Amino acid sequence: MSAEAPPRPVRTSPAPAGASPASRLSRWNRFDLHGSPYVFIAPFFVLFAMFGFFPLVYTAWVSLRAWDLTGDGGFVGLGNYSRLMGDPDFWNAVLNTLGLFVLATVPQLLMALVIAALLNRPIRALLMFRLAVLAPIVTSVAAVAIVFGQLYGRDTGMVNGVLGLIGVDAIDWQASKTSSWIAVASMVNWRWTGYNALIYLAAMQAIPRDLYEAAQLDGAGAVRQFRSVTVPLIRPALVFTVVMSTIGGMQLFTEPLLFGQGDVSGGSLRQFQTVAMYMFEQSFQNFDYGYGSAIAWTIFVLTVIAGVVNALISRRLRGGTR
Amino acid sequence: MSSLRRPALRTLAAAGAAVALLAVAGCGGSNSDAGSADGTITLTVKTFSQFGYEELYKQFEASHPNIRIKQENIAKLADYTPKLQQWLTAGSGAGDVVALEEGILVKLMAKPDQFVNLLDHDAAAVRNNFLEWKWKQALTADGRKLVGLGTDVGAQGMCYRTDLFAKAGLPTDRAQVGALWPSWDDYLATGKRFAAAGTGASFFDTAGGIYQNILMQQGDTTYFDRENNLIVDSNPGVRSAWDRTVAMIGAGLSGKLQMWGPAWNAGFKKGTFATVPCPAWMLGIIEDQAGPENAGKWDVARVPGEGAVRGGSFLAVPAQSKHPKEAADLVKFLTSPQGQIAAFKAKNNFPSSPQAIDDPAVSGAVNAYFNNAPVGTIFGQSAKLLEPVYLGPDNQVVGDAVGDALTAVEQGKLSPDEAWTKAIADARRAVDK
Repeated sequence: MSAEAPPRPVRTSPAPAGASPASRLSRWNRFDLHGSPYVFIAPFFVLFAMFGFFPLVYTAWVSLRAWDLTGDGGFVGLGNYSRLMGDPDFWNAVLNTLGLFVLATVPQLLMALVIAALLNRPIRALLMFRLAVLAPIVTSVAAVAIVFGQLYGRDTGMVNGVLGLIGVDAIDWQASKTSSWIAVASMVNWRWTGYNALIYLAAMQAIPRDLYEAAQLDGAGAVRQFRSVTVPLIRPALVFTVVMSTIGGMQLFTEPLLFGQGDVSGGSLRQFQTVAMYMFEQSFQNFDYGYGSAIAWTIFVLTVIAGVVNALISRRLRGGTR
Repeated sequence: MSSLRRPALRTLAAAGAAVALLAVAGCGGSNSDAGSADGTITLTVKTFSQFGYEELYKQFEASHPNIRIKQENIAKLADYTPKLQQWLTAGSGAGDVVALEEGILVKLMAKPDQFVNLLDHDAAAVRNNFLEWKWKQALTADGRKLVGLGTDVGAQGMCYRTDLFAKAGLPTDRAQVGALWPSWDDYLATGKRFAAAGTGASFFDTAGGIYQNILMQQGDTTYFDRENNLIVDSNPGVRSAWDRTVAMIGAGLSGKLQMWGPAWNAGFKKGTFATVPCPAWMLGIIEDQAGPENAGKWDVARVPGEGAVRGGSFLAVPAQSKHPKEAADLVKFLTSPQGQIAAFKAKNNFPSSPQAIDDPAVSGAVNAYFNNAPVGTIFGQSAKLLEPVYLGPDNQVVGDAVGDALTAVEQGKLSPDEAWTKAIADARRAVDK
């Protein structure tokens, strides 16, 4: 709603008591004034309660029970959580998730920033370039899986082919942690850099031109302008992308799953299994719903922690005493 | 990254916690088995992969004018199983007939009340239509409840590339090829001869498939005894299958491919591996993957050792069905010897009924794509040699642990001894919760 919206006419004279049509009208008006905004926003909250809040609470309840294929096996308290704390496969998945998060998010946001800055300049065929950075987002996931399957194939993959030209032996990308992380991170980066670049670009276009002119008069070069004008002024967009990437990174599921050709255990030694994949494996392959729910809740808590930490860090970034 | 911002991934995300748990809570699935005003009943049949029932549905509808059949098929078993779980737990959505793969059946046998007892619908009369062990797999231990009736069995053969065999100086005739490997040790020896010839192809596709075959020939139990105690480390059959498989990896015979992955699929066409253990239902998959231009290059011989089974399915009627009687009739019809013969003709699903196996339509069947191989005889022999193997409800999770360890050996990430220790430890942890 725009801030300049005309104020709603307020009925000031209360209707005399007993005059029933007038008082009904007045009650209706009072409701219209104080109640209707809530009615207008209610659909979101009703849907959220059904599809957001209820599952959250229900998952928490299931996570406190032993619940497998044969049904509800009763209350076990924090049993699932204490089992989780001692589960090496879970901690391996946490390590993979954090590792992939760093490998995928940091280069992704930096690249997005650079691309946005380039697209913010008057260059030839601007629209084409702007559309091109968006292409990965509209590419179907199945196509991504096929393309990256070709790239990172062990025997006939293109990446190994290129490496072979410079005398590097063929890499079994799925076999080691490092190689599988690099491959998965490249998929994530490829898909999401354009999306972030677009958000940065939108923020950059809202920066008044005269700030740059002033900076130019002060003798600032392109890099200095970028660091001292652009970045501080798009900080809200930066914080937003960092938080969104954190949420996405902690829930990373599809890319590693596709990389492993649908193997939810993420490699023979769980080289690239993320926590979301581990949750899926426990819930829907081993049908241990109670344990899977405990993992789901732990992911939620980890995501909140990581999101808050990242938001704080990125708020402090670049002269933030705000 | 975030599934929140990728509409295309909603399907995957839908399998995630929130939606799935909603389904568990009782909101999942749609109930489609409604009766319409004119008294017509619609039976919904849920299947995976290829059951080859289309013609049979038409026959059943013709003989039961008041019944319409709707099949809802999900291509991949791995996608079908979690959905089936949700339908059963939610109490709706499973329709009237569901297909149960052997691996999920052994789990569901722990909770037979989710299904209509087919013995209440005169299933006892058709008992002799099934191989003894197939019948018993779906029967509760006390013999009072029958959860499902058998459809196919994954009778085994060994598929091989004749052109690669010729290149390596090995015989190509299927009888002579079968004579090369009466046992798995002979198979290993043949593999070494093949590897020495340097054709550029590997001898087999992946160690996991070979291991599974050897394992299923090692007696009547694998990872669990009949009291469901974990015996993975004390059962000599498991260790024996492991050791033989590791020996084959050591001899460099494995193509180290991931089953169902793109390189594996392409391998059938390009001839990157010379042999692959093939259950009857895999013939159709090989034909699809290798394509018409390779017709006659693949052939099928007997499997080393004495028969074996991989997979095989059942049909069951969920207790939530609104028309259990009609659904049970449909199950009996589809699993009858005639029904199994029709499914074999349509999709190569090998019958579990002795009458069907001996029927000329099956025993005399040849497969044109595989050089007119007498598949009916080859798979029939294998199916009849079968000994029932007890799997246990947690079979799959232990099997995954062992399979992953074998892959790690193939990748050179673990020595065979390290991998064995890890497999045992993982199996124990998965079972003692």
